[in-house]
Amino acid sequence: MAADVHKKKGWEVPNGSLAPGNGQHAERSESPTPGLAQGTEPGKGQSAGQEGAMFVHTRSYEDLTSPEDGGAVVRSPEERRGEPAEPTSMEQISKDFSELSTQLTGMALDLEEEMRQSQEGKLEPSPQATRHDSVLSGKEEEDVTMDTWRMHRKHVFVLSEAGKPVYSRYGSEEALSSTMGVMMALVSFLEAEKNAIRSIHADGYKVVFVRKSPLVLVAVARTRQSEQEIAHELLYIYYQILSLLTWTQLNHIFQQKQNYDLRRLLAGSERITDNLLDLMAHDPSFLMGAVRCLPLAASVRDAVSTSLQQAKAKSLVFSILLSGNQLVSLVRKKDQFLHPIDLHLLFNLISSSSSFREGEAWTPICLPKFNSSGFFHAHISYLEQEMDLCLLLVSTDREDFFTVSDCKRRFQERLRRRGVHHALQEALRTPFYSVAQVGIPDLRHFIYKSKSSGLFTSPEIEAPYVREEEKERLLGLYQYLHSRAHNSSRPLKNIYFTGPRENLLAWVTSAFELYICYSPLGTKAGAISAVNKLMKWIRKEEDRLFILTPQTY
Amino acid sequence: MMELVSLQDMAQTAVLGSSLGDNRPTYIYKVVLLGSTSVGKSSLAYRYVKNDFKESLPTVGCSFFTQTVQLETATIKLEIWDTAGQEKYHSVCHLYYRGAHAALLVYDLTNKETLNRAKQWLTELEKEFLPDEIVIALVGNKTDLADEREVAAEEGEEFARNRSLLFMETSAKSNHQVNDIFMAIGKVWDGSRIPHPLAKLVMLSALCSLSAQELLRREGEKAPVPSRGGGQRLDLGTRRGRMGCCRI
Repeated sequence: MAADVHKKKGWEVPNGSLAPGNGQHAERSESPTPGLAQGTEPGKGQSAGQEGAMFVHTRSYEDLTSPEDGGAVVRSPEERRGEPAEPTSMEQISKDFSELSTQLTGMALDLEEEMRQSQEGKLEPSPQATRHDSVLSGKEEEDVTMDTWRMHRKHVFVLSEAGKPVYSRYGSEEALSSTMGVMMALVSFLEAEKNAIRSIHADGYKVVFVRKSPLVLVAVARTRQSEQEIAHELLYIYYQILSLLTWTQLNHIFQQKQNYDLRRLLAGSERITDNLLDLMAHDPSFLMGAVRCLPLAASVRDAVSTSLQQAKAKSLVFSILLSGNQLVSLVRKKDQFLHPIDLHLLFNLISSSSSFREGEAWTPICLPKFNSSGFFHAHISYLEQEMDLCLLLVSTDREDFFTVSDCKRRFQERLRRRGVHHALQEALRTPFYSVAQVGIPDLRHFIYKSKSSGLFTSPEIEAPYVREEEKERLLGLYQYLHSRAHNSSRPLKNIYFTGPRENLLAWVTSAFELYICYSPLGTKAGAISAVNKLMKWIRKEEDRLFILTPQTY
Repeated sequence: MMELVSLQDMAQTAVLGSSLGDNRPTYIYKVVLLGSTSVGKSSLAYRYVKNDFKESLPTVGCSFFTQTVQLETATIKLEIWDTAGQEKYHSVCHLYYRGAHAALLVYDLTNKETLNRAKQWLTELEKEFLPDEIVIALVGNKTDLADEREVAAEEGEEFARNRSLLFMETSAKSNHQVNDIFMAIGKVWDGSRIPHPLAKLVMLSALCSLSAQELLRREGEKAPVPSRGGGQRLDLGTRRGRMGCCRI
């Protein structure tokens, strides 16, 4: 099969001296069956191989279905390294980014010094400083004894294995320390029996536990989400914490001092986690495990991508241009792939802080799905004051600020010279398209995900989903269909859902996932013809809605 | 080298920006803002660079600003590194203050604890720098919140005097002495240190080697590796580079 041959080509190592690592096999097994839908599937890159893909191929639930989900077993880093689900082989990464690990040693030493000092009581945190910070982050500390606190639809708690509070979505962590103690007691009690607690279902509530040593994450929810999806969200929170600290540092800390108060290190970042939870409640990106692109004429996007590609530097791994939570362009180093989860974390970081609007930011950041043991350094800046266009340059070298800053300047200059500035501005004015453009009267909304590219497209949510609760309800319906389609014991390919206020249809193939929402008066036959029409429309518009030719440096 | 400098009509050349007529040397000074979280480091930087104030969220990592200051005998390009006060960035902060020419240790005068933190920063800087390598200023911010003051001006002042630091109380919100403190650190360099230009330049170019290389590269990819004395004219080079940017 031609497609298969092409695919194989991508795996060949040019110099022939390196055998493909395990990670590459893992990646391959995750890619959609070649040939089955090739050429018929809109939104797919022009080149069929992994080389042409934007991200590591991924299933939404890879984290949950992988053996890693054992939960109770505390795993050593060696074991973790051998995981087949890890999308990029650790050997390859450590080779390519040996600098990272050397930087990390410095980091760990620093921390050791700091912890030694803190034991001597020199750097004990000031409660006042923490308080100031939480005031600044705008987080109203709720009274946890009040009914309003109990009424929240979803609570998220993070605690250490010593039962110390690390994070709570609502209310102050201190006030919840006894509650978190109980949670830890539940976890430990079952572990003593060589068992693991995964969830409790009672009275319309789901209590979901995710154990990621040295942390325990707990959600108490009365949403329509499945246990699996809630656990997926908790994993995002875990990755969010890793992106600030790295897995290595997190473990190191708790190895040194079991009852360490992690809030010290996370102080000032609560809003990033809060924002992530808010985003997950509104944005289907997280559910889809994919990224949405800003609709943009292909010629403009190509010009932007080429400009990004030309403004390269040796230490750059990823250059990302984004607007809101939509991707405008992404250029990556050859053979290095960005996982959608990592990209989501970057999007969240940028949308949760206004501080990037001024000056140029230079910050250490860990991309946990790429390499959870080291920091990259990210250069983050907005291109223009009044324009919602943020440039993110991810570098391996923390000393490279000026080089990377110059890349930004060169990018802007090239953008100007190519004259696409105006077109880009124009596209930013309408970051979402209306479902009316498709021309199917009964169609209210849809989500189409191209599995191979890790990208999805979706129109603006319009009437009758105007109010916030209505929007969340629609997302809830998608969540429900998604969880039925991806149920690990009984996955479904086609779902037709008739509700009192709308009808939905889900269609999952090896190449794409499509969810449509249309009028409750429509018929099943109507829905099927709508799907055909919609697929044709997406095919026609694909070069505007997707990034078909991802660039490398 | 300094003879070339002194008696030009500085106001004129500054406006015209002519690279031939402006014989004042341009120095690049790296200024780093250090201090606890939410004492107002970013607000000070923002006030100084943009002359504006707004409530900001905690800085992530570090923010970088530049500002050019015209002094009588020199042009100073300030590179301002506004660090995050949060503890998790503590271990990377040395990245940002390494090679700095000046440090502003900022505390919140309505919060005594933040002064102690500033003192800890001082101890850390003293380990890293020789006394004449860096200008350090202690800055008590938020004078607009006079009612909530916890640290008396005298207390900060006395500490600063004992440790030979510059001292000033500021308010980024009401724009009180913000410009002054940045000018003050600039002047220390301009006044007391420049009489020994050669020694200083060697040190400067060593400290700035990263930015020096970078700036020279901007001028043209073919530029030679910067010589030891090259630090003096770096910015002039940049200016030429900028003017000619369209032909690159």
